[in-house]
Amino acid sequence: MKSWLRHHRQAVSAAFGKLAAQKSASLLNALVIGIALSLPAGGYALLSSLRSVTLGAALEPQLSVFLRADSLRPAADALGARLKGDTRLNDVRFVSREQALKELQATEGLAEVVAALARNPLPDAFVLRPKLADAAQLDALAKELLAMPGVAHVQVDSAWARRLGALAGTARLAIALLATLLAFGLVAIAFNTIRLQILTQRAEIEISKLIGATDAFIRRPFFYLGALQGLAGGLVALVILRASFAALNVGVSELAASYGSTFRLGYLDPWDSVAVVLFTAALGWLGAVLSVSKYLLEIEPK
Amino acid sequence: MISFSGVVKRYPGGQEGLKGVSFTIGAGEFAFVAGHSGAGKSTLLKLIPAIERPSAGAILVNGQNVGTLKRTALPYLRRNLGLVFQDQKLLYDRNVYDNVMLPLAFSELGGREAARRARAALEKVGLLAREKANPIQLSGGEQQRLAIARAVVNRPSVLIADEPTANLDAESAAAILEIFAAFNQVGVTVLVATHDEALIGRFARRVLRLAKGRLVE
Repeated sequence: MKSWLRHHRQAVSAAFGKLAAQKSASLLNALVIGIALSLPAGGYALLSSLRSVTLGAALEPQLSVFLRADSLRPAADALGARLKGDTRLNDVRFVSREQALKELQATEGLAEVVAALARNPLPDAFVLRPKLADAAQLDALAKELLAMPGVAHVQVDSAWARRLGALAGTARLAIALLATLLAFGLVAIAFNTIRLQILTQRAEIEISKLIGATDAFIRRPFFYLGALQGLAGGLVALVILRASFAALNVGVSELAASYGSTFRLGYLDPWDSVAVVLFTAALGWLGAVLSVSKYLLEIEPK
Repeated sequence: MISFSGVVKRYPGGQEGLKGVSFTIGAGEFAFVAGHSGAGKSTLLKLIPAIERPSAGAILVNGQNVGTLKRTALPYLRRNLGLVFQDQKLLYDRNVYDNVMLPLAFSELGGREAARRARAALEKVGLLAREKANPIQLSGGEQQRLAIARAVVNRPSVLIADEPTANLDAESAAAILEIFAAFNQVGVTVLVATHDEALIGRFARRVLRLAKGRLVE
C-alpha cells in the first residue's frame, strides 16, 4: 500500500513536471479548454439566474382563483381549507385584497395610480400550484374551481408557463448539446496532447519497459497529466465565467434597476463550480486513457 | 538458471536468426556468447528477457518458460535480469544518478533505500563522483559503466550484456569486463555477447560460439 501510494505520488509529480516543462503549451491547452467550456457553463449559470427571476414559479403551471368582491373572509377561509385538502394541489397561497394592493403599489410606476383610487378594487385570491401539468387536466380543474362558492374567476397560467418551460427546455437542451460537443473536443485535446507526450517520451518508455516497468506504471503519469490538463481548463473556464459575469452585471444591474429590480446574473454555486472542474478533469483523464490505450501498446522494446 | 532447448527464432519473411540452439548456463556461471556479426548473438540475448519470442523450442530462465509468459508477467521477469545494451539506452535528459534510479522507481523500495542502492551501484562502477553529470558528458567507457550500474541496481540474479565493449578501446573494454567479473564473483550469472576474440582469450571463461544461427562450440 505504501509503495502503491508512493508510485501514485511519483506519477502526480511527474505529471506536474511535464506540465511545467511545457509551460506555454500547457497554458494554451488550458485556455482552449477553458474558453470552450465557459460557453456551456455560462449558459447553465445564465439559465439558473433567469429561473430565479421568474420567482421559481415560472416553469410550473399556476392557477389564480379570484373571489367575488363581496365575498367575506370566513368564506375565503373555508375555501382555503377546502383547497388545502385537495391532493391535486402542491401549494395553496392566499393573497388578501390588501396584500394584493400593497404589491401593486410597490410596482414601479403604479404607486400614484393606486393612491388615486377611492377604494381597493382588488378581490381576495388564491394562487395554486397544481401537481398536474397536462393542459386538459388543468382546464378541467379550473372549471371545477370556478364552480366553487364565492369564486368569480379562475385564471389558468399554464399556457405561458408551458411556453416558457418549452423555451427553457430548449435552452437546456442546446446547452447540453453544446456541452457534449465541447466535451468531445476536450477529450480530443487531451488525446492529442498525450499522444505527443508519448511520442516525445518514446525512448524513456521503451527503456522503462526493457528494465521491468509495468504498463500501469508507465500509463499512470499520462493519466494524471490528462486529468491535470482538464482540471486546469476547468479552472480557466470558471475564471472566464466569473470575469464575464462581473462585466455583464454592470449593465444588467442598471437595466434591472430601471424595472425596480435588484436582479444580477448569478455565478455558479460552489457545488456547480466543483462539478465543472471535476467534469473537465474526468474528460482529460478519459482522453489520456484513450490515447495511452492506442499509442502506448505500440511501443515495444526492440 | 538459463536453459535453451531446441530454440528456433524465425523472423517475418522466413529468415532464421537461431536454428535449434540448446545449452544450459548454471547459476553463478560466467559465459561469453561469441560469433561474427549476424551469427545470432543479439537474437539469443533478446530471447532471454522476452524482447523477442522464440518460434520453436523452450527457454527457461530461473524456472520460468519465457516463451509462454504472458505480456503482463514480462516486467517481473525483466526486473530479475540486468540488461546492458551495446547502445547503452541511457536517458540523456537526466543526470547519471537519475538514470540509475530509473529501475528503482517501480520497485518496492522506499526513497532512502533506493537512493542508497543507486549510490552503491554508482560506487561499484566508479561513477559516484559524477552522479550529477549528464550522460552526454561521459566517455564511452563511462557511459557503459553507467549502463552496468543501472542494470545491477535492482540486484538481479542474471546480468546480460550485448556487445558492451564494442565501441571501446582495449583498456576500457577490459575494465568493463572486470566489472562483470566482479559481479560474477558475488554469485551473479553473467552472459556477455562479444565478437572480440582477444577479450574472450583474456578472460578464460565458457564460450557459446554461434555461427549462422547455430551453436558450434
